[in-house]
Amino acid sequence: MFDTLKSKLADVFDGLARRGALSESDVDAALREVRLALLDADVALPAVKAFTDKVREKAVGVASMRAVRPDQQVIKIVHDALIEMLGGDAAPLNIATNPPAVILMAGLQGSGKTTTAGKLALRLRSRDRKKVMLASLDVTRPAAREQLRMLGDQADVGVLNEVDGESPTQIAKRALQAAKLQAYDVLILDTAGRLSIDESLMAELRDIKKATNPHEILLVADAMTGQDAVNTAEAFHKAVGVTGIALTRLDGDARGGAALSMRHVTGCPIKFVGVGEKQDALEEFDPARLAGRILDMGDVVALVEKASEAIEVEEAERLAKRMAKGQFDMNDFLAQIRQLQKMGGLGGLMGMLPGIGKMQKQIAAAGIDDSMIKRQEAIILSMTKKERIAVGLLNASRRKRIAAGSGTTVQDVNRLVKQYQDMARMMKKMGGKTGAAAMKAMLGGSGMPGRRRCNA
Amino acid sequence: MNWFKKLKDGLSKSSKKVSESLASLPSLSALIGKSKLDAASLEEVEDALIAADLGTASAIRLATALKAHKFDGPVDADSIALALADGLEAILKPVAKPLEIDPQNRPHVVLLVGVNGSGKTTTAGKLAQNWQAEGKTVLLAAGDTFRAAAVEQLQIWGERTGTKVIADATGGDAAALAYRAMVQAKEDNADVLIIDTAGRLQNRTELMDELAKIVRVIRKLDDSAPHDSVIVLDGTVGQNAMSQVKAFSAVADLSGLIVTKLDGSAKGGVVVALAEEFGLPVHAVGVGEGADDLQPFAADEFAKALAGVDSEMDRRTVNE
Repeated sequence: MFDTLKSKLADVFDGLARRGALSESDVDAALREVRLALLDADVALPAVKAFTDKVREKAVGVASMRAVRPDQQVIKIVHDALIEMLGGDAAPLNIATNPPAVILMAGLQGSGKTTTAGKLALRLRSRDRKKVMLASLDVTRPAAREQLRMLGDQADVGVLNEVDGESPTQIAKRALQAAKLQAYDVLILDTAGRLSIDESLMAELRDIKKATNPHEILLVADAMTGQDAVNTAEAFHKAVGVTGIALTRLDGDARGGAALSMRHVTGCPIKFVGVGEKQDALEEFDPARLAGRILDMGDVVALVEKASEAIEVEEAERLAKRMAKGQFDMNDFLAQIRQLQKMGGLGGLMGMLPGIGKMQKQIAAAGIDDSMIKRQEAIILSMTKKERIAVGLLNASRRKRIAAGSGTTVQDVNRLVKQYQDMARMMKKMGGKTGAAAMKAMLGGSGMPGRRRCNA
Repeated sequence: MNWFKKLKDGLSKSSKKVSESLASLPSLSALIGKSKLDAASLEEVEDALIAADLGTASAIRLATALKAHKFDGPVDADSIALALADGLEAILKPVAKPLEIDPQNRPHVVLLVGVNGSGKTTTAGKLAQNWQAEGKTVLLAAGDTFRAAAVEQLQIWGERTGTKVIADATGGDAAALAYRAMVQAKEDNADVLIIDTAGRLQNRTELMDELAKIVRVIRKLDDSAPHDSVIVLDGTVGQNAMSQVKAFSAVADLSGLIVTKLDGSAKGGVVVALAEEFGLPVHAVGVGEGADDLQPFAADEFAKALAGVDSEMDRRTVNE
């Protein structure tokens, strides 16, 4: 749907002769695109304005470097400023206190409070070895308390028993008492979803805070939230003084601009992100990753990490050496294909690559998918050992035999051979790069358009 | 209380309405007496629309249209808001279509889909309540077999509204449950079957496949079903709503949408962008937690609420 910011910026600076420094008008033209990109990523207007002002200050007058194009330079400035504004340092949970440490979860309806409370309980129990109690103060939504009980049971942590007819504040007091008596380290209080404009419910939240004196008040917010993120964050922060933010559903394809909006209005760190439906799918917040995502530069960091996990070092070294000598044969090609599969197949990889909307369409049109990789594997496996080493042997009759053997067509075989030749040529050019770099080059070389490398 | 009033109450409680932000335009004073807008105030109009989640493309289009608008008399915040409301209404009118039960369908099947936490289960309860009150026989299918206690949540709605709920234990097969509910609804000769489904993020292929399976299974018993395939959108959602509608259309053949939680400070402006991009009918809006807080979508009133047209500016709404 949207072009990536990078290609837009490249357009802005296109035809611009290299100058000594970025002029004000260059920067303004670039910032117009940055503004639109951020707004399309759901960053709220006030945060966008604060951000572009900051970038303008940094970018004007920056001496242009020989090796770097001006658009790349601006991207780097924007990317760095975004990371800084999202919060550079990790912000751990503040639970080092006289037990029980109380964590209060607050947020709008449907933001994921109860699920996040359950995930947090599991994390504190299994990673931090804490004795955790969950208590639901949600007497509004039907079956909310059952939901928290089930999640607590799954996480194997304590859950406060239910007593009918209590107010949320009464439950909170009883929970604190029980946590003290039973020597719990951490008490997590889940509250009912409430609208930021509902005065009586916000007053109730203040009462709960007064009664339990929480060490952490986490605002739970959906990564898909739009411009309203500023209103919500402002209202909750004003009412109870938020200490941190938990951003949920970051496993979706939302760009997550709400994080920047909320960070901007509250100044509070984003402490956790929810990345899946399973109970262990709660991670610490990584500003660099989200910055790349907001700018639609793809999660290149995650891609490289995943690549380094999946690629066995020795195998990669061996391949690299062979490539450097120009000895890339079908066996190596097969090894590459198998590593690609290990990295989660094309589907898994594509989710991490930039400009994804546009690319998916083109990939679908080209018929590239995981089943194609399987077919390629079958084709290579239908070759004789000699053929795999000396691809030149593959004449028409051999190709016919391979097609029949792998259940494909001669066209498929031809395509694979062509692809192999392209890659072998490229490998030779690249010389002895590392396995991960080779893998990335291979992705670029196998006809996937739109991929760009992250500068930062 | 009609829903527009609720919506307006909600909006008036929120920090800023469009008309307020328009009224504070510094550039506006320079315009008084002129009959066209200048570039600076157009940009402010654009910003106000973006702040209501219309998205950059729709906001720029609407602001540009205002540029060509010839105002009768002097330009002020009120006249800009009225002109905006007209522009918004023109976009929204064609998509305002209430959810209607066709008595020919035995049962009329309504499938509710959407991402997690958008308000599907609550909407299912509210729909059941409304149709039950009209004297229709309604059956609820608790198709969210994934989220802990989602089944219980729907069962409580069933008790409240006196509606039969077909449910399995959490962890069961949603498609099998939908099939069983279809069989039961036919046996009961029910007027309506409302199928709630688990929330799923639209980029999760395996979960979207599961939804496709539910639709396939329903069609085994009635190839015209689901008669309404409705996506439930959270009113606070931003531009990701576009991706949601696109993805859910592909697997569940969407026929319309319902926007929830519009009683907060969010304005739900993405509906405008959705109308422009997909033309998908908007059935209803959720403006509160009560069962009667699900109201048919009215384009003119929504447009006015979005543009911040006040009752003093428009007599017709006062008299309602």
